[in-house]
Amino acid sequence: MGKVVGLIVVVLVAMLAATTTASGRERVAAACADNVIHPGTLTVGTDNPAFPPWFGGGAAKGSTWKINDPSTGKGFESAVVYAVAKKLGFTRANVDWVYTPFAKSYAPGKKSFDLDINEISYTPARAKVVSFSASYYDVNQAVVVRKGTPIAAVRSKAGLRKYKLGAQLGTTSYDYIATHIKPSQKPAVYQQNIAAVSALKNGQIDGLVVDLPTSFYVTAVQVPNSKILGQFPTAARGEHFGMVLAKGNPLTACVNRALASLRKSGQLKRIQQTWLGKAAGAPVFR
Amino acid sequence: MTSALVLEGVRKSFAKNEVLRGIDLDVAEHEVVCLIGASGSGKSTLLRCVNLIEPIGAGRIFVAGEEITARGVDANRVRRGIGIVYQAYNLFPHMSVLRNVTLAPTRVLKLRRADAQHRALELLERFGLADKADDYPDRLSGGQQQRVAIVRALAMRPELMLFDEVTSALDPELVAEVLEVIRELAASGMTMLIATHEMSFARDIADRICFLDDGVILEQGPPDELLSRPREPRTQQFLQRIIEAGRL
Amino acid sequence: MAGQGGRGTGLPLEPAPVSRRSRILDLGDGRGGVSIAVVSTLLVFGALVLLITHAPGWPEVKKTFFDWGEFKDSFPEIAHAFKLNVKIFCIAEVFILAIALLLAVLRSLPGPVFFPLRLIAIVYADFFRGVPTILVIAVLGFGAPALALQGIPTSTTFWGIVALVLVYTAYVSEVYRAGIDSVHPSQDAAARSLGLTRFQGLRHVILPQAVRRVIPPLLNDFIGLQKDTALVGFLGAIEAFNQSQIDAAATFNYTPYLAAAVLFVAITIPLARFTDWLILRDRRRRQASGVAA
Repeated sequence: MGKVVGLIVVVLVAMLAATTTASGRERVAAACADNVIHPGTLTVGTDNPAFPPWFGGGAAKGSTWKINDPSTGKGFESAVVYAVAKKLGFTRANVDWVYTPFAKSYAPGKKSFDLDINEISYTPARAKVVSFSASYYDVNQAVVVRKGTPIAAVRSKAGLRKYKLGAQLGTTSYDYIATHIKPSQKPAVYQQNIAAVSALKNGQIDGLVVDLPTSFYVTAVQVPNSKILGQFPTAARGEHFGMVLAKGNPLTACVNRALASLRKSGQLKRIQQTWLGKAAGAPVFR
Repeated sequence: MTSALVLEGVRKSFAKNEVLRGIDLDVAEHEVVCLIGASGSGKSTLLRCVNLIEPIGAGRIFVAGEEITARGVDANRVRRGIGIVYQAYNLFPHMSVLRNVTLAPTRVLKLRRADAQHRALELLERFGLADKADDYPDRLSGGQQQRVAIVRALAMRPELMLFDEVTSALDPELVAEVLEVIRELAASGMTMLIATHEMSFARDIADRICFLDDGVILEQGPPDELLSRPREPRTQQFLQRIIEAGRL
Repeated sequence: MAGQGGRGTGLPLEPAPVSRRSRILDLGDGRGGVSIAVVSTLLVFGALVLLITHAPGWPEVKKTFFDWGEFKDSFPEIAHAFKLNVKIFCIAEVFILAIALLLAVLRSLPGPVFFPLRLIAIVYADFFRGVPTILVIAVLGFGAPALALQGIPTSTTFWGIVALVLVYTAYVSEVYRAGIDSVHPSQDAAARSLGLTRFQGLRHVILPQAVRRVIPPLLNDFIGLQKDTALVGFLGAIEAFNQSQIDAAATFNYTPYLAAAVLFVAITIPLARFTDWLILRDRRRRQASGVAA
């Protein structure tokens, strides 16, 4: 009986999944796998340290990766990459991670990765220089503050204007401050997460603007006695993270197909819920 | 009458090298004493010990009866009363001649600027350098520079003047004008201790000549005695070399 | 003028007069030499330009680094941020010049009684020249406020200035020390012999000469300081380099870096010419003639 059910399920899944003939699918998969810099391997770039909740599973002693090793498959971005890689026909063993500092990901010339995943927001200006995959996560910005400070009583966006805010370099958090909050003091911009966090701890900034998932890590682990003051309402066109690929790389289409498939099957949502589950629960600013 | 300057058993070493090995010298007021001797015999060192630029290793020095090498003596005060002119690099190149001369009177003697300038111009006038007052040292000839150096020392109205081979670095034709100044000073009664190679000059001007050899005053006496009838063999050797070099 | 120095004066020999133009532009003697130099420079430069612009990656590099539109867009903001750099190095340099001079003087005090002071000066100079500037900035800029002591400012500009002052004072004190050492010891003897105190000797005789001699290396260190103000961006302050990073990250284009570079170079050039003028003016005054020597 079980065997019969199993067989039916397989047939049904096969029918559901196939949009082209089986051999067509193989052909597509083969074609996608050709567009990689190291044949047979999917080379993925990300920054070091690899912070939660984007990466998880810790890092082995002596590993060059700090905080988390991307190859554990744990953490939101890591999980997404392995899911996409599978769709592209790469097994777990055939995914290679390379340390790519943010500035290098958009440097001109040949890329050292097939795709780079590093909480990079899509903007039209950036898309002129590199290719972005479709969204793998729609982002909300949030503000982290220390409990008991004057800013902690603020409830509205306008109330934030008189405070000294900070953001990390290269994130659209800074843009968000400049465009939507428009504070009276020039915000501070930090090249590294650790610098931004120190500044918040020292009171050198009153509030740190980061994407919502990162804000959970900051409040839970990095800055004791802090809280998420609130998240900003999703703008009409929204902000989303995309993977970065070399401009015009045909692999982009393959990745997008994979993402679409993951979205449709609900797997992307499941990954999100596993790793970013808490990321819904912060109050929204007026 | 108190001696102007007394050195008692003065010793001085630089690291392991003992340059002054027990100097005894007594200079009376208004006396002109010339020091002669080979290079390295200690003439410069002796002079620098007298005005406390170099601390002595042993012995005592008295200026106008005061023991200047005693503990707690203010060396700056002592130096006000002693003028010294070195062989070279005397003048301050970043100041005009006038400023060179008035610097110490204004800063040390606390004279008003106008008074210091008046004194300076008087002295410069006396030695024929008044027209150089606003020039910078590098526009002067070597002889003029040394004469200004003498004027600068005199502006402090010292009781004792020391001269450390002041003409040795000059071109020969410039030597005479400097010696002329020293002659005039001697004639005016200044107590002077002069280290020099100029033997004819020494013979003319000195009341007494001291021959320094290997850190001690080997022989001393009035010029005609020492220069014509030296007693010590080493003095004779030294003078012989000078004569052969045509400088006596 | 030539030959004023030399034996008999105790001063260094002055070089024979050269024409004003060739001295300032340093073109070397004779017309023949000049044209060869010019032609060969043009040839080498031309060859380099050809090589670069025909490289396969040139169009992409050109767009990434030399995009005129990007330059125009980012320049105003970067210029505005540059004001912070100017503020930092102007304030810092005042303190550096003063404290470094003090340190160099301490180091020059002779005798066993001053040994502790000399030791402090030596240890200070060794340490702050050895440690990378960015570390000092990071440790002070984040560490000091973290102590949460009453009265300690948290301003990143403040700590950036303090860090730069600490580091550059070490370098500049060595420059001063070289200057002081280069003044002939007889100058000190002459000053002291007149009855001037050690302090008076330093103030009126030694230091005026010493400082004049080291104006070029002092300028060098000042220029280095101007560039190192960019490190204060690590503390979050939006100075020119940080601003150019923000713009670059927003558009994935490096041209804003070029815009920042242009600003840094732009202030260096007038400063260098000003220093040349200072040196020339001092020399002229000493030669007391209106004609360039």
